[in-house]
Amino acid sequence: MDILSILAESTRSALGPIAAIYALAAVGLNFHFGYTGLLNFGQVGFMLVGAYGVGISVAVFDLPLLAGFAVGLLCALVLALLLGVPTLRLRADYLAITTIAAAEVLRLVYRAGFAEPLTGGVYGLQNLSSGFRALNPFDGGTRYGVGALAYNGNHMWVLVVTWGLVLLMVGLTWMLMHSPWGRVIKGVREDEDAVRSLGKNVFGYKMQALVLGGLIGAMAGCMLAVYQASIQPDQFKPQVTFFLWVILLLGGAGRVFGPVLGAMAFWFLMTFTDGLLKGFGSMGWLPFLSGPDYGAIQLAFVGLLLVVLIVFRPQGIIGDRKEMLINVK
Amino acid sequence: MRTRLVTVLLALITAILVIPGPAATADEQGGESLHGQILNPEDRDQGVEGIRITVFDGEDETGAAETDSDGMWEVELPGPGTYRVVVDQESVPSEFVVREGLIVDGETEVEVEAGGQRPLIIGLERPGASDDDSASPSEEESEDSGAAAADDEAVAPVADSGGSFGERFVQLAAAGLLFGLVIAVSAIGLSLIFGTTKMINFAHGDMVTFGAMAALVFSSGAAGLGNSLLAIFAGLGVAVLLGGFLEGRWPRAVLITAQWTAIFVGIALATVLGVMGDAVGWSVPLWLAAGIAVLMGAVLGASMERYIWRPLRHRNVALIQMFIVSIGLALVVRHVILVLFGAGRSRYAGYQIQEPVRFGPVEMAPRDLVVMAVAVVVLVGVACLLQFTRIGKAMRAVSDNRDLSESSGIDVDRVTLYVWGLGGGLSALGGVLYGLNQVVEYEMGFRLLLMMFAAVILGGLGTAYGAMVGGLAVGMVAMLSTLWFPSQLMQAWALALMILMLLIRPQGLLGRRERVG
Repeated sequence: MDILSILAESTRSALGPIAAIYALAAVGLNFHFGYTGLLNFGQVGFMLVGAYGVGISVAVFDLPLLAGFAVGLLCALVLALLLGVPTLRLRADYLAITTIAAAEVLRLVYRAGFAEPLTGGVYGLQNLSSGFRALNPFDGGTRYGVGALAYNGNHMWVLVVTWGLVLLMVGLTWMLMHSPWGRVIKGVREDEDAVRSLGKNVFGYKMQALVLGGLIGAMAGCMLAVYQASIQPDQFKPQVTFFLWVILLLGGAGRVFGPVLGAMAFWFLMTFTDGLLKGFGSMGWLPFLSGPDYGAIQLAFVGLLLVVLIVFRPQGIIGDRKEMLINVK
Repeated sequence: MRTRLVTVLLALITAILVIPGPAATADEQGGESLHGQILNPEDRDQGVEGIRITVFDGEDETGAAETDSDGMWEVELPGPGTYRVVVDQESVPSEFVVREGLIVDGETEVEVEAGGQRPLIIGLERPGASDDDSASPSEEESEDSGAAAADDEAVAPVADSGGSFGERFVQLAAAGLLFGLVIAVSAIGLSLIFGTTKMINFAHGDMVTFGAMAALVFSSGAAGLGNSLLAIFAGLGVAVLLGGFLEGRWPRAVLITAQWTAIFVGIALATVLGVMGDAVGWSVPLWLAAGIAVLMGAVLGASMERYIWRPLRHRNVALIQMFIVSIGLALVVRHVILVLFGAGRSRYAGYQIQEPVRFGPVEMAPRDLVVMAVAVVVLVGVACLLQFTRIGKAMRAVSDNRDLSESSGIDVDRVTLYVWGLGGGLSALGGVLYGLNQVVEYEMGFRLLLMMFAAVILGGLGTAYGAMVGGLAVGMVAMLSTLWFPSQLMQAWALALMILMLLIRPQGLLGRRERVG
């Protein structure tokens, strides 16, 4: 076991395209939970409609990639409205239940047999990224980077675009949160009734935040589709949402750079524990466990991280504890 | 603090830049591979084992793989390029053929880019599924539909081939009643827990899985693992019971010592039994195993309350935070179950093939009748408990208004403990019933959880009777929807029902109106 190479690999994944995609989705979730106090436990549903918007447009209807992005974002808009209208007038936990159930139902519907002509059923869709790679300024065969931190040209292109989008969205967050709109949004998180008594339409503001965060989530889904060049419905299991929550709480909810930092730290930790477990396993230190168990142990570790974080350090790495102590109702 | 962090980061970055590239990227260079998963077309959650896949570069073979028990395969490639992939038709089980499309005659060409780990989708299907001319022999057909009906757990246990609309309606209604009863039994706990603590317990689904798994272990032969679990839960149970009954009567120090002694004795015993392993193997009939599972479920629920939720409440952790904690806990419990019991799908032995009993138009296996009877008896029992006993009345009172009942002299903490015990036991029972009707696997509880949420919201959050009514309604709607719509949409209809209810009557069927929004 080579601890340095595990560390290097972990850093590589902390800066890699997957971390960027998760950071983007977490920026959306930050809008929901961090600023507005909405408990969205179905962010993966937004990613799913985004990814399949690209996938179906490109693979089934042969539309250009930009049209695919537009379809994905449009689907996310519709999903956000569908989820928001019945639940945003109610207590926060209704939204949580509805979103998690809706995301899981979406996955089941997209993988169902009757949807196969459109979604490819359990097999999913493939050959999605030729349009994206046609724009690639990097050479697909060459490796870019320093030492252990090198990515091949195609990944480099995804990486640059996705981190670019993350920065763009982070900038958008910063600007919105320093506008009057952002102050109302934070007011909704702190005390909904007080904001309502000032004559603001709380339902409308919550809906705008839900839609905005959902669109950013769908954007992450689109990038996932072009990064992998293929999508399967079973990638969009609920644990993706839980990963996003850990990322958000780890980095610091309600902070502009929280999700970015959180995504890097989270993927560093995930790759590190994976390498460590595999290293221990190959040295024979884990006699009771076999290969597939490592994944399960990692997920249990994610759950534990979520519990420990929320109980002992709800503000995460860079958050403000006072902001996170509010009991959102 | 901050300077230390920066120092560590700087050190890390230097280390990474200093490490020679090739050493770290050794596996990266040869990282090109082809991989995929071959699934059983009848049951998309199961893989097909033993299909051989060979990869050629021109005429030279570069690698070969065989699918494992989950249908996964992977072939390492020497570098980027175009490869020819051949699926060995002989190794495909005789009842399936490789789906034509991307793959022609078991062969296809794929292009792999540098560093790419390309998934390749290989689908199986029944022979003749794509062209209708090759009619399969009729005897095989009939045998298949029987097997498929027994196998496919997503669909109602009904052979949907025969019968008029009326007959299918009645049959599905019976199946819906069964499903609804199972949901109701599991959901009461969720609703009562919400009522008494105002917290949505996300780990409830995994308590259901736990019950089903525990019953499976004890009915199919408990060796090291079962004995160890039993010992740990016995220790926890004694500790919680001591706390529940003797708090305030014994001196605090003595009580705490007694509790921790019980827990540590349990753990020590578990270690000893685990080391002895198969030497002390035993097994009991399923009904007894179910009893043990219910007891263990009750202990699980009560000890969660005693050792996690009560301390958190005393720390004044906000409800939203508790909600997130319960999600984390659900992840932990689910994956600990996965590591302990494995990812396989199993059924309770001896209750699979049964001659159905006919009642007029309805046909049901005896095991389903027993499930229904048990569920009805339990529901009536819980209703009586809530309506007529002292503790039941206290539970309803706390559920109604926690502060008011505390000020009128009810020991709210103790009532909450009982509610968690009751909820845990009921969810374990629900798991056993659900497992009898369908299959036991580590994600069954999570799937049932979505139905339970729908049921609880439909009936009214926090009311026990609402959960019963809502459970029945959700079960019925889910099953009857398969009359007109594909069975995969079952859960979507349950969800649609829930959303409809939120739109027109957010407090649920039996809930009391409260000021919202």
